[in-house]
Amino acid sequence: MEFAIQAEGLKKRFGDHEVLAGVDLSVPPGTVLGLLGPNGAGKTTTVRTLATLLAPDAGRATVAGYDVVRRPREVRRRIGLAGQYAAVDELLTGRENLVLIGRLMGLGRRGAQTRAEELLDGFGLQHAAGRPSKTYSGGMRRRLDLAACLVASPQVLFLDEPTTGLDPASRITLWQQVREQIARGVTVLLTTQYLEEADFLADRITVFGSGRVIAEGTADELKRKVGDERLEISVERSESLDAAAAALGRAVSEAPVVDRETRRVAVRLVDGIGGVARAAAELERSGVPVTDFAVRRPSLDEVFLQLTGTGAQTKESGDE
Amino acid sequence: MSEVLALTGRQMTHLRRTPEKIISVSLTPIAMVVILGYLFASVISVKGGEYHDYVMAGVFAQVGLACVGATALGVASDLRAGLTDRFRSMPISRASVLFAYTVADLVTAAAAMGAVAGIGLLVGWRIHGGFFEAVAGFALLLGFTYAMLWLGVLIGLAMRNMEAINGVTALALVLFSFLSNSFMPLRGLPGWLRAVAEWNPVSSVAEACRVLWGNAPASAGASLPVRHPELASVLTLGVLLAVVVPLALRAFRSAAAR
Ligand SMILES: Nc1ncnc2c1ncn2[C@@H]1O[C@H](COP(=O)(O)OP(=O)(O)OP(=O)(O)O)[C@@H](O)[C@H]1O
Ligand SMILES: [Mg+2]
Repeated sequence: MEFAIQAEGLKKRFGDHEVLAGVDLSVPPGTVLGLLGPNGAGKTTTVRTLATLLAPDAGRATVAGYDVVRRPREVRRRIGLAGQYAAVDELLTGRENLVLIGRLMGLGRRGAQTRAEELLDGFGLQHAAGRPSKTYSGGMRRRLDLAACLVASPQVLFLDEPTTGLDPASRITLWQQVREQIARGVTVLLTTQYLEEADFLADRITVFGSGRVIAEGTADELKRKVGDERLEISVERSESLDAAAAALGRAVSEAPVVDRETRRVAVRLVDGIGGVARAAAELERSGVPVTDFAVRRPSLDEVFLQLTGTGAQTKESGDE
Repeated sequence: MSEVLALTGRQMTHLRRTPEKIISVSLTPIAMVVILGYLFASVISVKGGEYHDYVMAGVFAQVGLACVGATALGVASDLRAGLTDRFRSMPISRASVLFAYTVADLVTAAAAMGAVAGIGLLVGWRIHGGFFEAVAGFALLLGFTYAMLWLGVLIGLAMRNMEAINGVTALALVLFSFLSNSFMPLRGLPGWLRAVAEWNPVSSVAEACRVLWGNAPASAGASLPVRHPELASVLTLGVLLAVVVPLALRAFRSAAAR
């Protein structure tokens, strides 16, 4: 099995709305693919197709080596799905939810109970295990949901926006739990709106725009696509802006960009640390009081906005 | 099989935690017992029997009709909660998920019929037939209810929207129980409407139960459902199940959360 998840030319339309317009994906076993894209790009539809919930109109996909359309049962034995909204039975307690899933996955009554206790411990839900899950907070529900899809120790995990609506602390807890799975060799397909999350968890990132893949690569590769590292400095008084710009210009032989409102000067760094050292020396010599001196790389947010922004523009110009 | 046990267990836990469901399906029938069997019994008379005896069979059938809505709502709320997606992403059979809904709701219906029977006895209803006839009547009613539960599953999967389900199933409850011989013999109806009402399974089930329980003499008429109400019940319910079950399984396969 070369890829744990592989999709070729997946298409899906709802009415006259083409939601997937030929999606190709491949995720090697034991790695994490982050799926990014604006609302309505087709991320959930892709996940649902791969998790055998939705039949594609065209194209084919295999998960854990089995075709999702022809061998759905084999696929279902090997996957865990945490949908965009936590799927817990509100009338059952946390423990009962997990035991139910365990029994349905064929662990037997005993086995299901043992597994439920393990997961309740692992996910910090033991204190609330006997309460109906409708009394859980959003974060607890999410954790229970993730625990539920891990009951049968799946090889492939689909997580659709697993941390949407969580506070930073719960998000980090959930990330750690996902990381544990990754360390165990589980393959993960993760959709998210948080670029930080993709940066932190994903080995590779695929950016979706209106039903197709518009960019693909590691976080670093995508950042490089958008631009190089920049040196940004802030000065105390706007009178010293020109002096600072001149100093930076001498240091890196690129034209600096001056932003008078924020009293900031930025310049592209072409030769890494050497440029930083020269810029520091030049600034020191010119005696400009500098309040902030930092090397910045484009954030994944900028990558995302640029990619999906240009995507939207071409679409608009195409309509005219 | 263990899937069915686990899923039915889940539904039974629901029923234990929200027993209101039993009340919700017995509310209309109980109101009918009180209004028709108690308040109107003195002004309405039916040939060869007491009116409070006459209405009870049709009222029990109303419990079955009320279960259509209750089941549909349960199915739709699992869809909305994403639980249906979770079940569908697991290696279990479609049939077992749906079967579990119907088993658990049959228990609800039986409990509701018990409540209705209690109120019926209070207003003076009695079974005049033998023990086996009494049991046969209830078995027929449960069979009718079971077919209604599958209808509820289908409606829940197909309609999804809670308000729409409420509206449609409330209308169906009224329509099917009043377009039948539940509360009045069908003699007065115009020919075509009478044929429709006679073939309504509610009519044949109620007629069969009334005869089995000695609650009213058999209706006169030439059509099959009037002459052989048991046969007509089994026939119509069998056809209903044969259509609805495959449709429900199909709807489940493509059910989307929203
Ligand atoms: N069952 C459906 N019927 C009709 N349209 C649908 C259905 N499911 C999804 N869509 C449409 O498909 C498009 C893509 O939806 P999808 O949920 O895959 O997007 P997404 O990338 O997950 O968005 P979000 O970030 O908001 O979750 C949307 O325009 C949505 O309205
Ligand atoms: Mg989505």
